[in-house]
Amino acid sequence: MIERKRSFPIGTSILSFLAILGLVLVVIRFINGLGAVSNLSDGRPWGFWISFDLYSGVALAAGGFTMAGAVYIFNLKKYHSVVRPAVLTAFLGYTLVILALLVDIGAPWYIWHPLVYRNIHSPLFEVALAVMTYHIVLALELSPAVFERLNWHIPLRAIRAIQIPLVIAGITISVGHQSSLGTMLLMATQALHPLWYTPILPILFLSSAVAVGPAVVILESTLSTKVFGDKLELNVLSGLGKAIPYILGIYLLLKLVDLIVRGNLGLIFSAYPQNLLWLGEIVIGVVLPIILLSIPSVRQNRRGVFLGALLVVLGLMLNRFNVSMLALAIRPGYAYFPHWMEVAISAGLVAWALLVIWLAHRFLPIASDKEVAV
Amino acid sequence: MGKAVLFDAEICIGCRACELACKEKHGLPMFDLTKQLDALPAETTTNAGTYTKPPELSAYTFLKVGFHEGRDAIGPLTVYSMRKCMHCEHPGCAAACPVGALQKTSEGPVVYDDNKCIGCRYCMIGCPFGIPTYQWDKPVPFIRKCTFCSDWLSEGKEPACVQACAKRTGSLTLGEREEQLAKARKIITDSPDKYVNHIYGEKEAGGTSWLFISSFSLPFEKWGLPTFGSTDPVAVNVDRAMVAIPPVLIGVAAVMAGVYWVIQRREKIRQENTAKKEVTK
Ligand code: SF4
Ligand code: SF4
Repeated sequence: MIERKRSFPIGTSILSFLAILGLVLVVIRFINGLGAVSNLSDGRPWGFWISFDLYSGVALAAGGFTMAGAVYIFNLKKYHSVVRPAVLTAFLGYTLVILALLVDIGAPWYIWHPLVYRNIHSPLFEVALAVMTYHIVLALELSPAVFERLNWHIPLRAIRAIQIPLVIAGITISVGHQSSLGTMLLMATQALHPLWYTPILPILFLSSAVAVGPAVVILESTLSTKVFGDKLELNVLSGLGKAIPYILGIYLLLKLVDLIVRGNLGLIFSAYPQNLLWLGEIVIGVVLPIILLSIPSVRQNRRGVFLGALLVVLGLMLNRFNVSMLALAIRPGYAYFPHWMEVAISAGLVAWALLVIWLAHRFLPIASDKEVAV
Repeated sequence: MGKAVLFDAEICIGCRACELACKEKHGLPMFDLTKQLDALPAETTTNAGTYTKPPELSAYTFLKVGFHEGRDAIGPLTVYSMRKCMHCEHPGCAAACPVGALQKTSEGPVVYDDNKCIGCRYCMIGCPFGIPTYQWDKPVPFIRKCTFCSDWLSEGKEPACVQACAKRTGSLTLGEREEQLAKARKIITDSPDKYVNHIYGEKEAGGTSWLFISSFSLPFEKWGLPTFGSTDPVAVNVDRAMVAIPPVLIGVAAVMAGVYWVIQRREKIRQENTAKKEVTK
């Protein structure tokens, strides 16, 4: 029997409304073309979908590989209980990325083309391949939850047997593809503002994704505590919070040294208004969280860790929006602000994901710490 | 080395015959006078510093003659620039395209394959000149840009714009790239007081198959063309990063496997030790 848990507080009705509205808008997009639902133009060919769904979405899914690595490779058993929710979020994140891309790209019926017409020198080819393979890896990593529910012991045993290779594959693909999203922007030699354009962009992308991994897990666990009532121990949260300043510190150092080496440090003050965006992402997403999460009393406090993690996530999203939208001017003289329908379509997709998470928590052993004996 | 077109802006009179010949060849909307081509509304005249039409390159305009107010030895006058696909020697658009829908051909043109394109628009990001455009108004959209009339070129005919210009001023000429460069250099050295000593496209973005020369009355900065800090192809940093990926990934996998092995082994030894201790107790 399935236990009845508390009903969904955000309001299933709001979510359902958003989910259905999104669907309707997607239909309009496919009948009337991209121009009908977006403010994209020849001068601004990438917009909200790329910045939010692809760039932020992939980065925020980094919880999956960082947590799986911490627990299964580095043997930090304390975090075992967060692996499965993190992998579930990553899986849904990647599903969202794929769905959003089906809306964003002009010829989604050809989405399989990168498999046949390969341009191995294109970073986007690498990203496409990684999204596909990592999605499969995540599905496999998640599959024990389904098998446990169904009491299928043989596939469960099979997955357990390849668990470590699977985790290593997941980490390897993620490292490649988190950084490739940065490599992609290296094509924009003229268009990306020099505050962000640097040959080490792939490394910056990777390090910031690793930092945001634990932050997303903190956010997610805190919210799911509120919604589903499965409370996570505070020392797990503070442990995650403690790791963040170190990774962010490395990231900040890389960013600053890079600006100095390229002789562009002065742009922080002179390149108005882009410097405000840059300072915004650094202060919100890097400096403040480093300070906050270094203070033990803040870390030992659920609200404190939550706040620190939230800042990391917001700062990271601002960074991804900066590099893929706000500071990326393909043709001078063109402005871009997302159309409400672009935002609504993304919101619709997120609503679908939340509904699925909610169902998964109700029907699958997601939050359970115990592994079913095989 | 492939073909190249040289545009001598100094002798261009802004008749826009090239622009319209291009539209005619590709069946793109012109203006209402040509009733057979009015399926799509033509772009309207706009004031972009000076009255000009069409406003920008789009999926319906592959070549644009820009109008600018300038001044020469005699007095003020309107001077002309050109904006279109440069048909780069190392095209950023083609390097970016994940499915190879854009390709540089040995003849010179950078061509596009409707049947491969997935519509990711990464070519638009990859082009340093902001050239490729998209059919935003179509349910089945394609990337559009100048094709160098590659179909005509392979038949031995000149591109539509070059043919049209030959009947007017001859500002646009087709030839082998090396010869065109030599010709441009000669024009500049013959009238050093008239021409800016720069062949735009010789080195830009690693070299292009369209070459521009211009007089002092309209230096290149005023054309709205990008300036490049180096003569490297656009994809140079991308290529460096892409080459590093396979060894880095193998390294990551190896390190992870190594860490796992070491930690598991240590764990096992610790367990054995505690077990031993319990036995000895
Ligand atoms: S100008 Fe742009 S679109 Fe044309 S070949 Fe070069 S990179 Fe490609
Ligand atoms: S939009 Fe088409 S041509 Fe351009 S990069 Fe994507 S697949 Fe290639």
